[in-house]
Amino acid sequence: MEALIGALTIFVLAVFVGYEIITKVPPTLHTPLMSGSNAISGIAVIGAILCAGAGDQGNFISALLGFLALVLAMINIVGGFMVTDRMLQMFKKKK
Amino acid sequence: MTLINLAYLVAAIFFILGLKGLSSPRSAPRGNMLGAVGMLIAIIATLVNKEVLSFGWIIAGMVVGSAIGAYIARKVQMTQMPEMVALLNGFGGAASLLVALSQFILTPNVYHTTSWLVALTLSALIGAVTLTGSLVAWAKLQGYAEKALKIPNQNLLRMVLGLGALVLAVLFVWQGGGLILFLLMVASLALGILLVVAIGGADMPVVIALLNSYSGLAAAATGFVLMNNGLIICGSLVGASGIILSKIMCKAMNRSLGSVLFGGAMVSDEQMASIPGKEFYEGKVKSCGAEEVAMMLENAQKVVIAPGYGLAVAQAQHVTQELANTLAKRGVDVKFAIHPVAGRMPGHMNVLLAEAEVPYDKLIEMDNINPEFSQTDVTIVLGANDVTNPAARDDSASPIYGMPILEVDKSRTVIVIKRSLSPGFAGIPNQLFINDNSMMLFGDAKAVLQDLVRAVNEL
Repeated sequence: MEALIGALTIFVLAVFVGYEIITKVPPTLHTPLMSGSNAISGIAVIGAILCAGAGDQGNFISALLGFLALVLAMINIVGGFMVTDRMLQMFKKKK
Repeated sequence: MTLINLAYLVAAIFFILGLKGLSSPRSAPRGNMLGAVGMLIAIIATLVNKEVLSFGWIIAGMVVGSAIGAYIARKVQMTQMPEMVALLNGFGGAASLLVALSQFILTPNVYHTTSWLVALTLSALIGAVTLTGSLVAWAKLQGYAEKALKIPNQNLLRMVLGLGALVLAVLFVWQGGGLILFLLMVASLALGILLVVAIGGADMPVVIALLNSYSGLAAAATGFVLMNNGLIICGSLVGASGIILSKIMCKAMNRSLGSVLFGGAMVSDEQMASIPGKEFYEGKVKSCGAEEVAMMLENAQKVVIAPGYGLAVAQAQHVTQELANTLAKRGVDVKFAIHPVAGRMPGHMNVLLAEAEVPYDKLIEMDNINPEFSQTDVTIVLGANDVTNPAARDDSASPIYGMPILEVDKSRTVIVIKRSLSPGFAGIPNQLFINDNSMMLFGDAKAVLQDLVRAVNEL
């Protein structure tokens, strides 16, 4: 129970932090913001690694599901950060 | 374990600083880099976790995923960013769903506490809805099913399916059981399809932003399954971001989130019946040629270009910038007026123009440019329609009344470059086209602009 309350606290506070930072992002950068958040939502990779790497604790199916999750999360991370950078470089080109 | 959790904290700090960097185009590339570093830290911290016993699947998954991600990121066209974001939203949701299923298999029954089961249920449910919802959104953006699909009794069907999913969720938390989880997943996948399939193309920016938020919330729920702070923090950051963007988009279209999700089309059938047809424009539209417009531009001191998605469809971004440059060289002050829903996703038009090397300080947001129109000599409306319709401001009977618009009609002369008089997403005629100070320049945006550039240069 203690741990759950702790996690909930972190969740709620992080939502507030997110709200504060993201309202400061100018409309010009809203598309990079979305592709960037795609990359950040790839954080599910943490769970995917734990599932795919469970070894003998899991079975073939749990490992396969973990592997698929890992592939998708990595697409989000690599694709998201790279395409965001591509866009942001366009904004930088001319001052 | 303590060290690993500390590493997640460091990663979270990097993510927050990274997002903070997005507050200006100048600091944004560095911010994005900080985010990527944060992700690297989180991944390494997880790999050294002693619960990770075998690396075969992990390495394979990383290599395959990274390769696909890098390929897509390089190949995607800027006009297709909405499709890419929609797809990645779906992948994010799917990853959370798959992790939830895998965790259910992995975790021995003794650890199935109520809170764990609730988290697992949310993670699977939101993940599944995000997955299929995003795939439908992607298909719509690709043009496979652009219109709102009318399913008979769709709201009833959604309600039944939603309630069904809820019952299954409660049952699962109460009893556990793989079969119920499987049924819950199937119901949620169907629900995702049903929720998005009935939403029209004009509302897609809202839908993508909302699904963006869902993908974050699914990740946060997964964080509760694993009791992992890294996931919880990142998930909630993304969740907050998506919600804010959906709110902004709704405001820009004068729609409530509820009416986007449950209302179907933007204009109701009764309103549709009272909309005038072709006779609205009959004899009232003035058209002109490129030479005439070139002359006006030449004599202008201040020109504003109001681009819409038609500009991107015609692939006319670069020639637009060429025209702006040509005029700027002749001492004309040229700015771009950007409506929040000018593209097909938040900020899309800005990216398209940035790609065409339009400096970002020339892109002026709606609220800042509107007071300037009264001092503008010529405004060129390029593939934008509903967002320039003065009826939204003046005519309380109009279906789009109250929607914030670019007040282009206040400038001395308005040139509308358009293929025909066909209506925009709202399906209504545009008052702007018959105003006394408006002139139509018919044709494909790209071809017309090339003519204009040539005509200006010949002067």
